[in-house]
Amino acid sequence: MCINPDLTINFSPMYRLQWEEVQQKNVILYPEGMVELNQPSAEILKLCDGTRQLTQIVDELEAKFQTTHLEKDVLNFLEDALKNGWIQQN
Amino acid sequence: MAGFNKTNITPPRWLLAELTYSCPLQCPYCSNPLDYSKYPQELTTDDWKRVLTQARKMGAVQLGLSGGEPLVRKDLEEIVKHARELGYYTNLITSAYGLDEARIVALKEAGLDHIQVSIQASSEKLSDYLAGTKSFEHKKQVAHLVKKHGYPMVLCVVIHRENIAEMPQILAMAEELGADYLELANTQYYGWAHANRDLLLPTKEQFEKAEAIAQAFKKKVEGKMKIYYVVPDFHEDRPKACMNGWGTTFLTIAPDGVALPCHSARELPELDCPNVNEGSIDEIWHDSKAFNFFRGTEWMQEPCQSCDEKSKDFGGCRCQAYLLKGDMYATDPVCSKSPDHHLIEEAIKTAKKSQEVNEQPLIFRHSKNSRDFIKN
Repeated sequence: MCINPDLTINFSPMYRLQWEEVQQKNVILYPEGMVELNQPSAEILKLCDGTRQLTQIVDELEAKFQTTHLEKDVLNFLEDALKNGWIQQN
Repeated sequence: MAGFNKTNITPPRWLLAELTYSCPLQCPYCSNPLDYSKYPQELTTDDWKRVLTQARKMGAVQLGLSGGEPLVRKDLEEIVKHARELGYYTNLITSAYGLDEARIVALKEAGLDHIQVSIQASSEKLSDYLAGTKSFEHKKQVAHLVKKHGYPMVLCVVIHRENIAEMPQILAMAEELGADYLELANTQYYGWAHANRDLLLPTKEQFEKAEAIAQAFKKKVEGKMKIYYVVPDFHEDRPKACMNGWGTTFLTIAPDGVALPCHSARELPELDCPNVNEGSIDEIWHDSKAFNFFRGTEWMQEPCQSCDEKSKDFGGCRCQAYLLKGDMYATDPVCSKSPDHHLIEEAIKTAKKSQEVNEQPLIFRHSKNSRDFIKN
């Protein structure tokens, strides 16, 4: 599965992204399961709100963390996220 | 037990709330205790709210609302609403019996995240026979309604000798109903399933054939449906890492408020499982005898104690050791290193023989049979 750069990306309504105070981390919740996220993964997923395409997500992250060349890492993560069903494009 | 370092205690993540032992179905593999009719008292709505608040504060995040049949509780929506407000991911684990569109909508409004519907088999005749209640068509209608209202749906089918040959039809049913997840739960032999084991335990050949079909299907539906395959531990040579380790992750609250480290632990002697009306979840989790009983590895006997896999499977399941060997400290007899492993081999042989003779009937789960178990 590949990310289509021309389409916006949204977090799937079949999952829930949530900050867990006790664990001090973001998690993805789904039927009878949970995935713990590291900070970069959570930052990427929070931008998947159906209003941004890949390049916009990369630009915003690069601006926020004052860095460059994030595209490859972001794309790799999003393709995994798409395969896992956490995000959608339509 | 003695010597366990209490600073190592991790907080609960999974809370299984068994809201009631009442159930309109009579499945002969029910995981509720055989003597459930001894415990008719149920926690009040306020009790449940307090328990949910306390466990959430400690870090519990997955909430299973189960039973019995949780739909029997008229305050289910109120409990769901409270849980969702606290930030739980709320899972309703139901037979679907008695669920209608109005309640599906009301539960959604209350914040319910997911519904797991169980169906007993792929044909009406067998499903209704196993449920002890005419319910198959109704369950399928409910499954369609669950999807119509946008819930993620898990379809759960408990697998045993009566339905294992139907595996291809079960998989086709999951596709037809639009399940997002299919839980193929090979029967675990506790509670009523233990009492009916000779009639439920499939042969190794039956398991292997069904598993191969399920694995091929898993590949076929990749990206569309996820398969949870609960392994049949009688045919494995290592035990399951039961409950991810005692008192590390899972907390079950029985209908009457008894807190259990696993939903079968009520069958174990000497634990003195605490009640949520006598102490907070924090006290129960950290300080009670029951939750500390099998924490860590110091309680282990040989061959577990010197085994290099002991922190991987924690010696297997305490309830299984107790049910099969009569010693809850023993290595789970499923393990091929266990001196009692012959008990598993004998159970498989006896079940196979019973398949050929088929003389005794299944014992269905209902109050009269439960009372008979208490008497005997």
